[in-house]
Amino acid sequence: MTSTALTTSAPGAPPGAPSGADATPHRRHRGLGALGRLRVVALGLLGLLTVAALWEAYKALAPEDGVLIGETRVLPRTTDLAMPHVWDMVRRLFEPTTSIAEEALWQTVAAAALVSLGIAAVGWVVGTTVGLLLAVAMARVRVVEWGLLPWIVLSQTVPLIAFAPIVRSWGSRIEIGSWEWPPWLSVAVIASYLAFFPVAVGALRGLQSHSAIHADLMRAYAAGWWATLLRVRIPSAVPYLLPALRLGAASAVVGTVVAEVSTGYLDGIGRLLVSYAGQASGDPAKAWAPIFGAIALGLVAGAVVTLIGVLLRPYRRGEAP
Amino acid sequence: MTQPSDNAAATPVGAAATPVGAPAATGTAVPAVRVSGVTKTFGTRAGVVHALSDVDLTLAPGEFAALIGPSGCGKSTLMRVIADLESATSGTVEVFGKAAATARADQDYGIAFQQAGLLPWRTVAANVALPLELHGLGRGERKARVAELLEMVGLSDFAGHHPDQLSGGMQQRVAIARSLAEQPRLLLMDEPFGALDEMTRERMQAELARICAETGAAVVFVTHSIPEAVFLADRVVVMSPRPGRITGEVVTGIGRDVPRDDALREDRDFFAKVTEVREALHGTPVTGSGREAR
Repeated sequence: MTSTALTTSAPGAPPGAPSGADATPHRRHRGLGALGRLRVVALGLLGLLTVAALWEAYKALAPEDGVLIGETRVLPRTTDLAMPHVWDMVRRLFEPTTSIAEEALWQTVAAAALVSLGIAAVGWVVGTTVGLLLAVAMARVRVVEWGLLPWIVLSQTVPLIAFAPIVRSWGSRIEIGSWEWPPWLSVAVIASYLAFFPVAVGALRGLQSHSAIHADLMRAYAAGWWATLLRVRIPSAVPYLLPALRLGAASAVVGTVVAEVSTGYLDGIGRLLVSYAGQASGDPAKAWAPIFGAIALGLVAGAVVTLIGVLLRPYRRGEAP
Repeated sequence: MTQPSDNAAATPVGAAATPVGAPAATGTAVPAVRVSGVTKTFGTRAGVVHALSDVDLTLAPGEFAALIGPSGCGKSTLMRVIADLESATSGTVEVFGKAAATARADQDYGIAFQQAGLLPWRTVAANVALPLELHGLGRGERKARVAELLEMVGLSDFAGHHPDQLSGGMQQRVAIARSLAEQPRLLLMDEPFGALDEMTRERMQAELARICAETGAAVVFVTHSIPEAVFLADRVVVMSPRPGRITGEVVTGIGRDVPRDDALREDRDFFAKVTEVREALHGTPVTGSGREAR
């Protein structure tokens, strides 16, 4: 029996799963072994080294003034000002932030990145919650979907820098009792405004993805809409939800950084990006430190969603491993 | 929103012992299914499609009827109308004397489809438990009933497995166990073995026949396989397309007490009935080769 279990195709395989057609033993779904994990780490490091090598190779081989076609520069200059050496950028991280500071540059960047991470997390949670509620509402009532979805799409065409100052000025007028609207909340609201969109769209698609047979089955059981939502629609939305959450997390990070800049918030990594870029003529390697910080921020956000994916693994059976 | 908590009371689940033996298929009993003058039309972009046209069908309690016909003859639609998954355009459908919608709300039937339709994130046991859970059966009773059902389909060892770890035939057995969860007196099955290979299919047929004998449920069984229909059914209902209607009936005359095994498949009477159904399907006597070749 087990041999047929491994080879015969399974007609009841979950939808949208190309590899799910075959009843594969579930060990394959259970992630990688120690060796496989090591390989992933090695490949990641190799990728990092490759980027660094390409950077240095271009810097060494390309002309000082970059590559021009006619008047247009298609590849950047290779001067130390435009492209500092990789080792200069890394070394700068461990030098004091300013000539009078005690703190190393990486510590300053890390502290700012942590503040931004906290704000992005709040924005992501708020955005995800709003996105999920909108998706459920749209899945519940057709008219809501027709009426709301175009606005949701339209909402994302408004340029962030246009409404960021508005959010800040509205926020600064909000005062409930002794509680005042803190500036970071404006940033979080803007981040959530970017984060809710992929979640709303992805979750809606996921909630509509359950197979017709499951819908028939629940109808045959005389199960109500909420019972169907809970037992069939939400679980089958998970494979759509995870990429949406990932996109939402990335959007929240980008939104946080941009909103920090455009609302003039001082404690996050957004301000470091701007002010260090301003010092680039005198200290070109320093400008790259907050960029690395922002990248690390994105990686942490992505890792959190991956962790959520691991927790939701039972609902991702049949997905490509 | 319309969580039918009261249904649990209406359906005695897992309480009574499984009825064993031949069902009382007398004329006086309320029919398990009574379909009269049912027409079903679908409006499509290309125009109106007559899926069913003036269909009459009565099924006694405990009777096994196979619906057979080419694709598009409306056999699945007829089953879905009985299940109240579709509503008839005109005509009446009664299940145990009740309107189809009421019968659905009261959980008077169990249902299985061509695809097992198991929830991939649930274990085998949790899949079988789904209808019991939805209708508010307690955890302990649920567990006992699931164990009993898995025993019946021979999958006790696989209770903790997930559907993607099972073969197609095993998945279908889980689906059948699920359809029997609430001891329905009527089973609706839409080509449940259609996606299985021939060998698995024959084994499953024998198993289904045994289970039906054990439970005494009436069955509406949609199939496009003539031998399958004759092997399983008391009565084979032949349908034809455009518009979908019933064009003939063949009573197999194979009693409930006759064991559905490989000996039956080799039986002369079995072949005669297969031929009879084939003739009814084609509308003309099949002469020569078919019969002679045997």
